[in-house]
Amino acid sequence: MDEEVIRLEDVWVQYNGVTVLEGVNLSVQNLDFLGIIGPNGGGKTTLLKVILGLVKPNRGKVTVMGGPPEKSRRFIGYVPQITHFDREFPATVLDVVLMGLLGRKGLLRRYTEEDRKAAYKALESMEMLELKDRQVGKLSGGELQRVLLARALVSDPKILLLDEPTASIDEPTKTQLYELLKDLNRRITIVLVSHDIGVISAYVDKIACLNRRLFYHGSKEITAEIMEETYRCPIELIAHGVPHRVLKKHEGE
Amino acid sequence: MLEILQYEFMRNALIAGLLASVACGIIGVLVVVKRMVSISGGISHAAFGGVGLGYFLGFDPVFGVLFFAVVSALSMGILRERVRLSEDAAVGILWVTGMALGVIFVGLTPGYAPDLFSYLFGSILTVPFLDLVVMAALDAVIILVVFLLYEEFMAILFDEEFATASGVPVKRVYTVLLSLVALTVVVLMRIVGLVLVIAMLAIPSTIAWQFSHRLKEMMILSVIITAVFTVEGLWLSYLFDLASGATIVLVSLATFLLSSALKKISR
Repeated sequence: MDEEVIRLEDVWVQYNGVTVLEGVNLSVQNLDFLGIIGPNGGGKTTLLKVILGLVKPNRGKVTVMGGPPEKSRRFIGYVPQITHFDREFPATVLDVVLMGLLGRKGLLRRYTEEDRKAAYKALESMEMLELKDRQVGKLSGGELQRVLLARALVSDPKILLLDEPTASIDEPTKTQLYELLKDLNRRITIVLVSHDIGVISAYVDKIACLNRRLFYHGSKEITAEIMEETYRCPIELIAHGVPHRVLKKHEGE
Repeated sequence: MLEILQYEFMRNALIAGLLASVACGIIGVLVVVKRMVSISGGISHAAFGGVGLGYFLGFDPVFGVLFFAVVSALSMGILRERVRLSEDAAVGILWVTGMALGVIFVGLTPGYAPDLFSYLFGSILTVPFLDLVVMAALDAVIILVVFLLYEEFMAILFDEEFATASGVPVKRVYTVLLSLVALTVVVLMRIVGLVLVIAMLAIPSTIAWQFSHRLKEMMILSVIITAVFTVEGLWLSYLFDLASGATIVLVSLATFLLSSALKKISR
């Protein structure tokens, strides 16, 4: 099953003359669980948007499921960062999950009974069905994250893209979420970006570092040089307190 | 209160108020949740150009307003997407352009412009029958479009980016929403006038949001609230001989303050 699902070749992205992505090459195989780490402002979200076709690269080629990204959106489930979310927003959990089916529904149509069933199933798998009528703003960070995950999964995607899924949740919930993803990974390719390199490394099977340029090594082992290159700050600071060690032991340790 | 209904102009005023409540309640909720109040202000003020055009060319200014409101709604979309102007600046530019054109047109029109004031501040007591028909037709269009695009509207209100990623033509849906705002401006103009339109788009829906967090429920609630305010304002303006549009706005404002205070105490 070594089939390529995402391919980026020499991708450059600039916003108002500022380079955000610089010559990024990436190849994701079917059923990979790829973690992309890097500092804030390193272009992680932009990279996901390039894969979704929301951001057009100034240069380079993007292929998703063998076609251009705009044409492949139906294969992708997207879990955006939840920071910009309005807590007063008038929608229920079910409303939000159904939004994952908008593309399939088509304009001017209503959701069908089948769509609703799919939404229930997605909520069930996230253990959130009981809260289906709750207003989204009333959810905790972890609950909201699972609703957004259900929204991404409801369309039965082949690829799951997650942007900082652990940003606003506590440690036990984080572990739970990663276990859930690990489970999903048996049938779905996952690309996850995060600045939280601690937990990520215990679950993903490939890691890349992104700070404008992508340092991709295909395996979990990341050398001190790559980390230093990515973060441009002392490595000890990042490695401190990490439960699962990402880095090779430093000399003299 | 019932005896005032024996006058035809009062009956027309009441019908106009109720018709306006429908458009205002539904679109007001979308405007408030999407945080488009100032954009709507831009569209409604720009529509004054249409009043001027109507005077200048000698046709019913309602159609001028309809034309100007829709054109400025569409240009709003274009300014945002193509010219990459900040929304703030785009609103400001449209706002003054329409008003300046209106003033020039009115100035070019020979003679005195008799009910200019009523377009700016409303004159629910002098609504002609033709306007009732126009209002009812616009209401029908608004209800139909919102019914057909309800899920898409909710999606772009919640998260434009995710909607795009799910395959919703976000820019087009947003432009449709702006056009519906333009139609609502036309409907509301007779009630409170172009200058006060944003008050009616913002206040009843904000009150509805204090009591409900479901989009559909908020729309229904907002329609009812607007209807109550209109009737109440109309009655008070008759009783005390006040300008009807401004009275309706002040009744809304007073209720909003009261409900906000109650909300605060009950917490």
